[in-house]
Amino acid sequence: MNFEALVIGAGPAGLGAALSLKENNINDILIIDREDSPGGILMQCIHNGFGLHRFKEELTGPEYAERDIRLAREKNIAILTRACVVDIIRGSGSFDIILLSEEKGLIHVEVKVVILAMGCRERNRGNIAIPGSRPAGILTAGFAQKMMNIFGHPPGNEIVILGSGDIGLIMARRLTLEGANVKAVIEAQPYAGGLNRNIVQCLHDFEIPLYLSHTISRISGSMRVNSVEVAPIEGGAFAGSQKRFALTCDTLLLSVGLIPENELSLRAGVALDPVTHGAIVDNDLMTSVPGIFACGNALQVHDLADNVSEEAECCGRSAAQYLAGGKAKARELPLKAGNLVRYVLPMRAEAGKETTISFRPISPAQKVILTVKTDKEELIRKKERKIFPSIMHRVRIPKIPEDAQFIEVSFASEEK
Amino acid sequence: MKKDLICINCPMGCCLEVTYDGGKITSLKGNECPRGKDYAAKEISNPERIVTTTVRIKGASLPVIPVKTERSVPKKLAAQIVKEASRISVSAPVKAGDVIIKDVLGTGVNLIATRTMERA
Repeated sequence: MNFEALVIGAGPAGLGAALSLKENNINDILIIDREDSPGGILMQCIHNGFGLHRFKEELTGPEYAERDIRLAREKNIAILTRACVVDIIRGSGSFDIILLSEEKGLIHVEVKVVILAMGCRERNRGNIAIPGSRPAGILTAGFAQKMMNIFGHPPGNEIVILGSGDIGLIMARRLTLEGANVKAVIEAQPYAGGLNRNIVQCLHDFEIPLYLSHTISRISGSMRVNSVEVAPIEGGAFAGSQKRFALTCDTLLLSVGLIPENELSLRAGVALDPVTHGAIVDNDLMTSVPGIFACGNALQVHDLADNVSEEAECCGRSAAQYLAGGKAKARELPLKAGNLVRYVLPMRAEAGKETTISFRPISPAQKVILTVKTDKEELIRKKERKIFPSIMHRVRIPKIPEDAQFIEVSFASEEK
Repeated sequence: MKKDLICINCPMGCCLEVTYDGGKITSLKGNECPRGKDYAAKEISNPERIVTTTVRIKGASLPVIPVKTERSVPKKLAAQIVKEASRISVSAPVKAGDVIIKDVLGTGVNLIATRTMERA
């Protein structure tokens, strides 16, 4: 089988990229997804709050996904579910894709372009090394969400949540409304990891305590977890035992961060960024391997599906351009993270081109000035009342100056 | 009376400073858009939320289907609405937008499906 483009993942990124390829006259597309049906993680995000930017209305995750799925079906884009890509082998001008499909078995597909849209996965207990026993009842917040919202099984009755990422907050509300007792959300940082609106409508609304600068210092229980020890963090370490306290529980949910899923990308020889854990890309969202593009949470962890769709659209457009015979690349220059900025994406961009950049602050700050500048001039200067690591910034640079050697994004305190 | 609120209408999460007298706002600071004003007005009198949950479904490939209140409903009814939803069961096929419970708890708001599920 041959296709012009293979899209790996049928979540908002993959669907968005495929629709954009189609829009740009690429008709021979295959989307692969390992789940039973397309939609990706949105299908388990049954809460509202999606689509405000893109559709100007408030949708739930499944509703948002269904709009793209319907469009993909109308445009006859092939979606192969219950299938996964095992390997991507680089040929000259094409890729040999090895696929495992429940329906078709082990098959080879030859494609000219690959779009990586595999999403991300959750950090788990192994990633954060919590001391204690290893009983049942410790699961990631997103897995608990899938158990509940897709399979109809509540994970437990007495819940403690470690980490204040959005999924953890959303699950605190969901479990409370279903009758579980959510005892606390524990956050190691001095500020919440999730969006402000989720702190309000998921914790404040139900008077669920949020312990900032605290962590879990021990897990107890033999068959099932029966309690956790909560410790304040002082000077980067657990506080003394007299300051710690125990919370009884039968379930511990972990909402401690997401990592872009890129095992396949590595097999294909795609270079990854040590900060984003996603591919290093240029302004066309093309990776270090010509013909392989990336978007969505596989590229960088987003906080809004709307931003994923926007990024995917750009990815599909540039992949179509590449397939149409490409264009001569202009001189490329690096984009750098300056003061208070964790990373900037893309990592390099072409002089003379319009580029939308994404970046996140390292820590919260108030009354700062965002500047985007080259080695010679300031391109953007904007006051920001409040910045949070949980909120990604996306800024459009209308044209990167021809003579620029680099671009730097930074936040500085507002001058008096 | 003075109250600090965080607007939940969009991910911006504007910090609102509301001063009010009874159910009437006398001053409002911090909202970046008009939705903040509506939110503050409701929040000081009768806070409302959209409620989402799942309902059991028969004949589909999955055991539950996601649902939501079509519009926001009084916040204090959220747990009761979830309870109502847990008592019923629907049969596939169901289309996103289909009414699952009409006028749930007399709120005048329907509980609707948010996902399409065919017969398995």
